[in-house]
Amino acid sequence: MANAIDRRPGRLGRFLRSLLLPVAAILIALAIGAVAMWAFGDDPLVAYRGLWSGAFGDARALARTVRKMVPLIFTGLSVAVAFKAGLFNIGAAGQFLMGTVAATAVGISFPGMPAPLHVSLALLAGVVGGLVWGLIPGLLKVYTGAHEVIVTIMLNYVAALLAGWTVYAGGTEGQSPGPLWDPTARAVSESPDILESARLPLFFDPAYRLHAGVLLALAVVVFIWWLIYRTTIGFEIRTVGLNLKAARYAGMRVAWTVVFTMGIAGILAGLAGAIETLGVNWKFAPEFGGQVGFDGITVALLGQTHPFGIVLAAFLFGALDAGAARMQFESGVAQDIIQVIQALVLAFVAAPTLIRLLFRMEAEEFEVTTISQTWGGGSG
Amino acid sequence: MDTREPILEVRDITKVFPGVVANNRVHLELYPGEILGLLGENGAGKSTLMNIIYGLYRPTEGEIRVRGRPVTMHSPKDAIALGIGMVHQHFQLVPVMSVVDNVMLGSESIRGPFLDREAVARRIQEIASRYSLEVDPYAIVEDLPVGVRQRVEIIKALYREADILILDEPTSVLTPQEIQGLFQIMDLLRRQGKAIIFITHKLKEVLHIADRIVVLRRGEVVGEADPQTASQASLAAMMVGREVMLVVEKGPASPGPVVLEVEGLEAVNDLGEPALRGVSLQVRAGEILGVAGVQGNGQTELVEVITGLRPATGGRLRIAGQDMTRASPRQITDRGQSCHVPEDRHAYGMVGAYPVAYNLVLNTYYRPPFAQGLTIQEEAIAEHARRLVAEYDVRTPSIYTRAGSLSGGNQQKLVVAREFSRPIQLLIAAQPTRGIDVGSIEFIHQQIVAKRDQGVAVLLVSYELDEIMALSDRIAVMYQGQILDVLPAEEATRERLGLLMAGVHPQEHTAAGLST
Ligand SMILES: Nc1ncnc2c1ncn2[C@@H]1O[C@H](COP(=O)(O)OP(=O)(O)OP(=O)(O)O)[C@@H](O)[C@H]1O
Ligand SMILES: [Mg+2]
Repeated sequence: MANAIDRRPGRLGRFLRSLLLPVAAILIALAIGAVAMWAFGDDPLVAYRGLWSGAFGDARALARTVRKMVPLIFTGLSVAVAFKAGLFNIGAAGQFLMGTVAATAVGISFPGMPAPLHVSLALLAGVVGGLVWGLIPGLLKVYTGAHEVIVTIMLNYVAALLAGWTVYAGGTEGQSPGPLWDPTARAVSESPDILESARLPLFFDPAYRLHAGVLLALAVVVFIWWLIYRTTIGFEIRTVGLNLKAARYAGMRVAWTVVFTMGIAGILAGLAGAIETLGVNWKFAPEFGGQVGFDGITVALLGQTHPFGIVLAAFLFGALDAGAARMQFESGVAQDIIQVIQALVLAFVAAPTLIRLLFRMEAEEFEVTTISQTWGGGSG
Repeated sequence: MDTREPILEVRDITKVFPGVVANNRVHLELYPGEILGLLGENGAGKSTLMNIIYGLYRPTEGEIRVRGRPVTMHSPKDAIALGIGMVHQHFQLVPVMSVVDNVMLGSESIRGPFLDREAVARRIQEIASRYSLEVDPYAIVEDLPVGVRQRVEIIKALYREADILILDEPTSVLTPQEIQGLFQIMDLLRRQGKAIIFITHKLKEVLHIADRIVVLRRGEVVGEADPQTASQASLAAMMVGREVMLVVEKGPASPGPVVLEVEGLEAVNDLGEPALRGVSLQVRAGEILGVAGVQGNGQTELVEVITGLRPATGGRLRIAGQDMTRASPRQITDRGQSCHVPEDRHAYGMVGAYPVAYNLVLNTYYRPPFAQGLTIQEEAIAEHARRLVAEYDVRTPSIYTRAGSLSGGNQQKLVVAREFSRPIQLLIAAQPTRGIDVGSIEFIHQQIVAKRDQGVAVLLVSYELDEIMALSDRIAVMYQGQILDVLPAEEATRERLGLLMAGVHPQEHTAAGLST
């Protein structure tokens, strides 16, 4: 049992301190949300009570929260792993979509394949889809110096258009439909349902739709934690992210590390897409798109880019998503306020100085996540 | 001196960091028109005290008075408003911005909603000519030599009308010429009535420029000295609490086979200009080859090429007979069994956000016992760290402390400890004692000589002639990307080296009236 460096003194204190910023960000965002509701003549108390019962009120609500949490864990990890290497992966949305499309393609094919094999193959397809979409910005950065932020943003558009095309219903003027389109859906652009054999197993009451992806998510969290904090590869990733020159000095393969990290980031987001398809949606339609990809950025920052923090952050965001409908139903406040609150959380975690000023904290007692270091390409 | 009013009084200041008392009931007075030299070992609390005066840290206890009035500062903004300026041990300029923009950053001379760049540039020029601090206001900071960057820092402080100027180890990054320039500026400022606190580890410098010397040890003021009567030895003893040998003792070298061999090496600098123009040299096992020269004559690039950090554009590099011209840094450390104390410890030598323990395995983390297969062995890393911290006297609250929070000199000791603790045949040390206190210099110099005596080949690059002369068995002088001459240490007089460093070819020395 060797984790001496993490068992360092004052660890609890540092842990509690690391909660300071996220908790403050959430409380302030909720408070601003409340003020907004109140200003428009709604009762924030009723709204938040609705939100609460929609997210935690009964077993079904809780299951909904957990279900919403799963993809956020993956995309949050995707963004966080890239952060560790000093890379800003805005591309989780596109990687997610590529994972979705690839898993759908496998899921609607191969009738008669045994379920375990079919599920694994579909998941693997999602992994490959995300991997490709993650490797492209990594390779472009290393070989041409193209900044990953620009490349991933562009790839998000490419992925959205590509994914849309695969289920395109065809035009009235005879444009041919996409390869994954379901002809029985007539004018609707969507894929057919995936085969039973490709669906993730459900547990508890099937009505809760709690799928095996939850377990996979937790396993991946532990794996990523191990990779980042307990392996030489993780040490290299973190060193590259913290001090590029020191990484070169120490003999690390910087270019390889950048490509590897973006590959992992892509795989994680791609897995999110595959799991959503095989566990929740059972088909692909363009509107099952990449909001979770973007929410991954907030979740990663809110979770302080630590795998376990990300689970907490994803749980919170999952709860907000899960409770939104109930809130609207009970209080009449439009669900969209939830997205406003989520955006405010992002604003506060991304701009820690704001919080620091609000609470007059001293710089030395405050750890800041560096978002992205700028460095030219061709390194290593 | 009590007839004058102190402009700054530090009363009973205590500062506690987790695990360290950095300042313990410190008293200090500063008078207008004086230069106060502040001495102390690495980690004695000098920078911490200055950061408190500059409003960066809040003291745990105690009081600061400026012009007789007690003040509370929440940030450097408050300190600046009180007329306090500081030039940090590590510069705080934004490299990609111009001098004007850097000076304007965070200061209040913004008229209306728009920035008035011309007005600021004019004031910069006014200040520059008044204190003879030449600088082009529109130059981009990253293009400027270190000495000029420092001038920008001083201008920034003077622009904000500082009467109290804190200079934290300003000379450790400067060439001797630049240091002379800085001293002239400091003298001028003193005569204009400014009060200056000057921190340095070079005893010669305080004796030369300071009006009064205060010594800190382990967070406490242990005494005051008068530069008129104090000597280097007495100051050193006061700082460290024991006698310090200011000159290393070493016997004659017994050189063995050639370990490092460089032939016709060529390379370009970051701007793509030729920096090495055919460098050839050899270092044998059991000898110290010192590379002397004015900073910027290709020494940095030479070390980078030898350590695999910069590609050679021509020539050959061999370590123990193996061709290493295109080798990676990892191959050079592994196969070449070499180690490297880098010139710029912040850029290369360490990861400030990592704990001390990780920094001590920065380039061996993948080897057993620090890793088994893929997994990092934290226990072994911690064990190793505890041993080195004790052996090299790195003053740190624990091995888990962030390396970036160590004092400047202790960061350097950390790097030295890591590099010296591996079994090696080649030691490449660039500025190994930059920012280190006299006691630790003694220790590191002894270590270098010990390595030599164990048969290690040592390439020592230093801009300090004293260091080169104290350690080297042979001395190579670099000038404009070439080795002008290599002299045995016995023949290397200050004058000869000085001429070579100025680019005068060895054949011309007799003409210049020197003979051997
Ligand atoms: N931000 C910080 N957090 C924790 N400890 C700190 C911090 N800054 C300094 N220390 C500790 O306080 C002590 C004094 O450090 P300081 O930087 O003031 O030394 P110094 O006299 O300037 O040394 P040097 O000559 O090496 O620059 C050291 O033990 C250092 O580890
Ligand atoms: Mg210091």
